[in-house]
Amino acid sequence: MEWLSQLGRSGLRFFERLGRGNLFLFYVLLGSFSLLGRGRLLLQQMYSVGVLSMLIITVAGLFVGMVLGLQGYNTLVDFGSEESLGVMVALSLVQELGPVMTAVLFAARAGTSLTAEIGLMKTTEQLSGMEMMAVDPLRRVIAPRFWAGFISLPLLAGIFSAVGVFGGYFVGVGLLGVDDGAFWSQIQNRVDFYDDVLNGIIKSIVFGFVAAWIALFEGYDTVPTSEGVSRATTRTVVHTSLAVLGLDFVLTALMFD
Amino acid sequence: MNTDNHNMDDVLVHVRGLSFQRGERMIFDDIDLDIMRGKVTVIMGPSGTGKTTLLKLIGGQLRPNQGTVEVDNINVHRLSRSDLFELRKRMGMLFQTGALLTDINVFDNVAFPIREHTQLPEALVRDLVLMKLEAVGLRGARELMPSELSGGMARRVALARAIALDPMMIMYDEPFTGQDPISMGVLVQLIDKLNDALGLTSVIVSHDVVEASAIADFIYVISNGKVVGKGTPEELQASDSAWVQQFINAQPDGPVPFHYPATDYLEDLLAGVNE
Ligand SMILES: Nc1ncnc2c1ncn2[C@@H]1O[C@H](COP(=O)(O)OP(=O)(O)OP(=O)(O)O)[C@@H](O)[C@H]1O
Ligand SMILES: [Mg+2]
Repeated sequence: MEWLSQLGRSGLRFFERLGRGNLFLFYVLLGSFSLLGRGRLLLQQMYSVGVLSMLIITVAGLFVGMVLGLQGYNTLVDFGSEESLGVMVALSLVQELGPVMTAVLFAARAGTSLTAEIGLMKTTEQLSGMEMMAVDPLRRVIAPRFWAGFISLPLLAGIFSAVGVFGGYFVGVGLLGVDDGAFWSQIQNRVDFYDDVLNGIIKSIVFGFVAAWIALFEGYDTVPTSEGVSRATTRTVVHTSLAVLGLDFVLTALMFD
Repeated sequence: MNTDNHNMDDVLVHVRGLSFQRGERMIFDDIDLDIMRGKVTVIMGPSGTGKTTLLKLIGGQLRPNQGTVEVDNINVHRLSRSDLFELRKRMGMLFQTGALLTDINVFDNVAFPIREHTQLPEALVRDLVLMKLEAVGLRGARELMPSELSGGMARRVALARAIALDPMMIMYDEPFTGQDPISMGVLVQLIDKLNDALGLTSVIVSHDVVEASAIADFIYVISNGKVVGKGTPEELQASDSAWVQQFINAQPDGPVPFHYPATDYLEDLLAGVNE
């Protein structure tokens, strides 16, 4: 009996939080209109959320592409079709690894810092203070960060994929001797913008939305103590990663339909 | 102006039957308060009675379980979010911790509400900010970041920010704590001066009986969720209420408990041994 009521309680807590999360999102979106006249706020956040994440994304993209080149070559060479290496690398990156890896890395690099920043602002009463100055923190603080995350993630995913292809090229063509021209022409012939690239872009847009939402909500909903902030930061990474992987499956299933 | 209502018009903050609960704990139990326009009202009470909570109730950040709070004849808790924000533009609040924005410097902190709510040219903003900072004696500290300020300095910057938009009323949460005798004196004078020169209404939450009495027009003493004493400083000095005497004369023992409500001390200690 005890575990049943326990289950009911955590169920209720879950749905209550989900409700608050949705309400939060609603108000953030509502408050976003005031951003129109204040592009500078958005640009500042794009810098700290997006530009500062570029290094980790670039390096990770390069390594992932190199691994793909190596693995792909070993598999393809058995079938004598190593000229298709470029296609394999490009498709894996554009459709799957680019959006997913970028979202997970984004959660770890930018999501955590957003959560911690907002959580600490709440803990030190900066958000309360703003409210008492008649400034809505959802508009002034949260909305620019939300849009910055939402816009940055697809761009970062694009960089990840592009750099990854060069990583694959470096290993495949540079080290393993795949034909240079075949590598690129195969990509050009077989990667379709609408079927392949667009799907990847859609995925990364969805992931950007979810990653920014989770990170900011966790920060805003923090228990205002140092422990609360540290927990919220952890939850950001865990929840974003799970949500991204789950959504990736759903989206992939829908897209191949 | 309606002369029949003359008395009502003098009251800026009108609190009636206010009750507020945190979990099981009753923080306020049916209290009434009147804060007069243009006067300095001090709210005293032991630590943890809910003085900060009271200010947040007046500012509309918390909702009472029962009762009403009216500011300038407007029921704070009936307002829509945007109307509440309009009202708050006319209310300054000085947080106990200062609540400065930590990612921008002192100057930008004071400029923040001005830039958010007005379209003034930057040159004018600069002059306004420097005037406010001069008033709290920190014009020279404008380039410092909040992390480089002492607690007392941070609170003075927060004061400069609270008066940036020339509100009709300011709520000060413990403005005197952490101030050395000189800046304390300056602050007391400043609050007094602001109140008279700008026709401000001031609500001060404070433990500092001497300083607070020096500028108070009216004092409320709160304890255990009730108003246990009220009056002018002279009236309170002469009061025969044990609560008030204990607080004003800083006696550790008396009706105001030093302890947070707890079970019997001896029992509590022995509980560990008996286990
Ligand atoms: N967020 C909260 N959740 C639960 N209880 C709270 C919360 N904030 C304050 N309390 C409780 O409400 C009571 C009143 O707190 P408040 O901060 O208003 O006291 P105070 O009179 O301002 O004290 P001090 O003089 O020490 O600042 C305290 O006993 C505290 O335990
Ligand atoms: Mg307090």
